[in-house]
This record gives sequence, C-alpha cells and structure tokens, in this order.
Amino acid sequence: MVTVDRTRGYRVFRVVNAIILTGVVVVTVYPFVNIVARSLSDEFAIRAGKVNLVPVGFTFRTYEFVASDPTFWTNYRNTVVYTVVATAIAMVMTTCYAYVLSKKHLKGRTFLIGIAVFTMFFSGGLIPNYILISSLGLKDSIWAIVLPNAVSVFNLLVMKAFFEGLPTELEEAAAIDGMSTYGILLRIVLPLSKAVLATMVLFYAVSFWNSWFAAFLYMSQNDLFPVTVYLRNLIAGATTGTSVGADATDMTVATNIKSVTMVLTVIPILVVYPFVQRYFVKGVMLGAVKG
Amino acid sequence: MSTTRTIDASPDTGDPRRARPDPARKQRPPRRTWRQALRRDWQLYSLAILPLLFFVVFRYLPMIGNVIAFRKFEPGGSVLGEEWVGLRYVKMFLNDPSFWQVFTNTVVIGALTLLFCFPTPIVLALLINELRGRRIKRFVQSVSYLPHFLSMVVVAGLVMEMLSVDGPVNQLLRAAGNEPIAFLQEAGWFRTIYVSSEMWQTVGWGTIIYLAALTTIDEQLYEAARIDGASRWRQVWHVTLPGIRPTAVTLLILNIGTFMAVGFEKILLLYNPLTYPTADVISTYLYRMGIVSNSFSYAAAIGLFEAVIGLALVMSANLISRRTVGTSLW
Repeated sequence: MVTVDRTRGYRVFRVVNAIILTGVVVVTVYPFVNIVARSLSDEFAIRAGKVNLVPVGFTFRTYEFVASDPTFWTNYRNTVVYTVVATAIAMVMTTCYAYVLSKKHLKGRTFLIGIAVFTMFFSGGLIPNYILISSLGLKDSIWAIVLPNAVSVFNLLVMKAFFEGLPTELEEAAAIDGMSTYGILLRIVLPLSKAVLATMVLFYAVSFWNSWFAAFLYMSQNDLFPVTVYLRNLIAGATTGTSVGADATDMTVATNIKSVTMVLTVIPILVVYPFVQRYFVKGVMLGAVKG
Repeated sequence: MSTTRTIDASPDTGDPRRARPDPARKQRPPRRTWRQALRRDWQLYSLAILPLLFFVVFRYLPMIGNVIAFRKFEPGGSVLGEEWVGLRYVKMFLNDPSFWQVFTNTVVIGALTLLFCFPTPIVLALLINELRGRRIKRFVQSVSYLPHFLSMVVVAGLVMEMLSVDGPVNQLLRAAGNEPIAFLQEAGWFRTIYVSSEMWQTVGWGTIIYLAALTTIDEQLYEAARIDGASRWRQVWHVTLPGIRPTAVTLLILNIGTFMAVGFEKILLLYNPLTYPTADVISTYLYRMGIVSNSFSYAAAIGLFEAVIGLALVMSANLISRRTVGTSLW
C-alpha cells in the first residue's frame, strides 16, 4: 500500500481528483447560493446582472412581499396537509403489503409480488389515469394526489427486504403465545423496524412535498394548490390571482419573487437534510441489495 | 426448532398461529390447498386487501382504460369509450408528421441522457472512493446527493434563473465580451440544458449504489493484484470495475427500460413553443393532445404505443444481459 501511494503518478492523481471533486461540490452548491443572493437583492441589481454570490442592495422587501400574499400561505399549508395525509396513508398501505409479501410460506406470494412489480415496468399512462380520476370524482380534492400514489413499489420492495431480514424467533414465540397476526405486526415487528419506517416516512414525505404534477393536473382552484404549483405558476409567468399580476412592477419584482418562493419551498428540506440524509442512503442500499 | 416442526406438522388444525419452514431443512413444507392457506393465514391475506384494491383501481384499471385507444371516446360519455374504431387512432398518429418529430426528439434526448447520465455516477463513485479522509468523503457525498431531493419545479426554476439573461452564465458570457444568450428560447440549446441539468440532479444520488458495491469487493483481490505488480490503474481495471459490473448492468437495464419515459415533468416545465422543435417529446405531445386539446383517444393511442415500447425495451435489455453477462432483473 505504502509503496504504491508514494508513486508520483498517484500523487498527481490525488491532486487532480481533489480539484475535480471540489468542482463537483462547487457546481452543486452554487445555484443555491445564487438563488439566496438573488432573493435578498434589490431587483434593479438583479436585472443589471450584478448579483452572483452575495446579495447586492440587500433587502428583505421581497420576503415581506411574498409573505404578505395570503395565497402563498394557503398553498404552503396545503403542501403540509397533503404531505402529512399522503405519507400517513402510504405508510399504512406499504407496511401492510410489505409485511404480507415478506412471509415466504404464504400461498400466492409470488402472484402478489408480481402484481406490484409489473406496474414498475408497465403503466396505464397519463390519459387513462386522467379519465379514471375524473370519473371517480376526485378532481379538485386531496384524494387525487393521495390515492393514486398510495404505494410506491420501490419503497414496498425496500420494506419487504427489511422484514425478510428480521429474525423469525420472536414472531414465532408470539404466535405460540396466541398473539394474532395484527398483534405481531404492531407489537413485535414494527418496534423492531423503526429504522426502516423512518426511512420510508422520509422517502414518502419528500416525494409528496416535492410533487406538483398531480395537483397541477387535477386541481383548478388557486386555494387548493400546493406551494409547488404556486411556484410553477410563478416561473411559468402565469399570474396567480392576487399575487404577482396585481402588482404594478410585476415584471421586475417577479425575478426575486421567484427566488424567494424557491428558497421558501426548499428550506424545510435543506433544514432537515443534514440530519436525515443517512437514512435515505440506508434505504437505497436496502433496496439495492435485495431489489 | 422443535416447536416449528410441531406446528408445521399440523397445519390444518384451524390454528391461526403461523410458522415458517425452517430454512436449514432441505425438505419443502407440504403444499397447501387454498382452503388450508386461507384458514391458516386469513389475517395476513386481510392485510393485503386494501393494497390490492389500490393496485387494481389505480394501476390496472388505467391499463384497461387504454382500450379507448381503439374506441371512440367522448368526454362526459362512457369511461371506456362509445364504439370500436379499430386502429384508426394508431394509423392517425403513424401518419402524423408531428408524431415522428416528437418520436425522434424522445429517442435523441433518451439516448443523450443514457450516454451522459449512466456512466458519470460510476466515474464519480470511483473518484469519491479514492478520497482518504472519512469526513471529507462524507461531506462530498452529502453535497452531491442534495439536488436529488428538490422538487422538479425548483430544479426548473434554478435552471431558468441560472440561464436567464441576468443570470450567472450570461454574466460570464458578458465578462468574456460576448452577447448574452436567451438559452431557453433557443431550440438549439435545449438538449444541452436538459442533459446537463439532469446530470446535475442525478449524478450524486447515482453514486450511492456504486459506493456500496465498491465496499463489497474483497480486499484480498487488491492484495493479490499488488503482489502481481499491478499498478493503481490496473487494479481499477481488473478488480474494481469487474467488481461493480453486476450493479452497473442492473442499472443499465433499468435505465434502458425508462429510456422512452424521458423526464416528462422537467420538459413540461422548461419547454415553450420556441423550443418545441427539439424539446417536444412523446409524453409532452400526448399531454397537449389529450389534456389540453381533449383528443383523449388519440393521446391514449400514443401513450399505449410508448408504454409498449418501454416494456419491450426493458424485456429485451434483460434478456440480452442474461445471455451475455449473466445478470438480469428476473
């Protein structure tokens, strides 16, 4: 090891490697820094192309402006509600099904797995889904977002893999003591699965927090939108009711309004990210090993 | 062990207690009839009811709903259409020059994405793997995963701000004495923008699996290679790369399977009529045909075509890799 490390070629490589990886880090982080700088800058400085890494003409006015828009807060609250409800339902559904699929002795198990896995490779497509949701009368309701995404097959397989890896002795002992399957799942299996449950909650919560297309497709009222659709309408230049269009200087303000809305949308994720990131990685590994 | 055996030996006593076959024992558990299985495991099956209902309603019904590709559908009418029209809509899009335009765009964007976004995580994983300090390694990884957690809307917003006339890229151009470019208004730039933003968003997350695979490579293989006098490069070539090959092949199959489903959401957010010539893909085209212009049957026919190609692609990729490399998804 030592001898190889000391060759000149390897030293050169390490320097080059450090430069490349620094570049990767800079390129990844830069857009965030730029957006934060824009969100705190004076609109004229932005339009003059002066804002880069630090705010120019430092001001909180744009934040105040966005915060004074009631639609923004309604939409933000919607995002929170949708995320919580959808994650809760998805967790119950996924846990139940994954537990069933993890029981190797179960008759029909292969069929039950097949039903789920097949949907990873073939799906009905946009139009039939749209017609289905419309004809079920789910448009303009939270259920149009929650129900069609109640089980993610990837998450399902991750959980199944985890349950399969649990020691069976405890469950067997509980069964002999006369505990029902429901009791075993609730009182034996779930307490042992806190790590994977946390990971799954995070996976679902992030995906629901970030989702926008279902709401964009199925909702037509401003006060039902999640904040991502609010942001989408901003960046697409569509006016959202009372917010931007009503302002006299809309075009100028719009640039930093976009930045502020983006910052406010990603802040929850950025804040929890450093603490929960390792759970995500664990989840992916579980999925990769067995998937 | 003995308790397991007793329970297994009397599976049909109406006892809801479950037991699993002992894996150490070669003998398979006795085959049960459905009646026995239901009596024994009805509680387990009951847990599967709601999820199964979900799959049937929200995954398999839409598949059946695709029959409107062959039937005349009227908004407000029957969900499954009014009357059979055979291949009318299929012929319609096969004779539609705009369809072939978006088909080509889809293939080109899909191919570019595969070409650039499949290998980069491997390279990045190898580079990160060479880092020494554990903390610096963790830091680089954490930062590189971050874009994966952003909403597509935010990603699109970032792309627009970076490339706007007053944004950093144009600031650089100006500093170099060039005219600013309205990148998102020019069809010629769209593919570059799409692929590079895709790379920005996915490369870090893509390394996770490879980094995990790298840790499973037996250290003795490296030692043996060193004893044989292999240089660093040769070790990478002969030990590291073969070590992650199964992972890479699996991911390649998955990528090929989603080849046609190029980032619909991102394109929908980033394109505009000016960039349609290069940016419009099958999924966005059928979205405009179906949802915006209400030609549901026509759009469903295109969607079905796309889905069938996707399925065929993943199945053939799987078959080829099983025949040639010996790894496959199923």
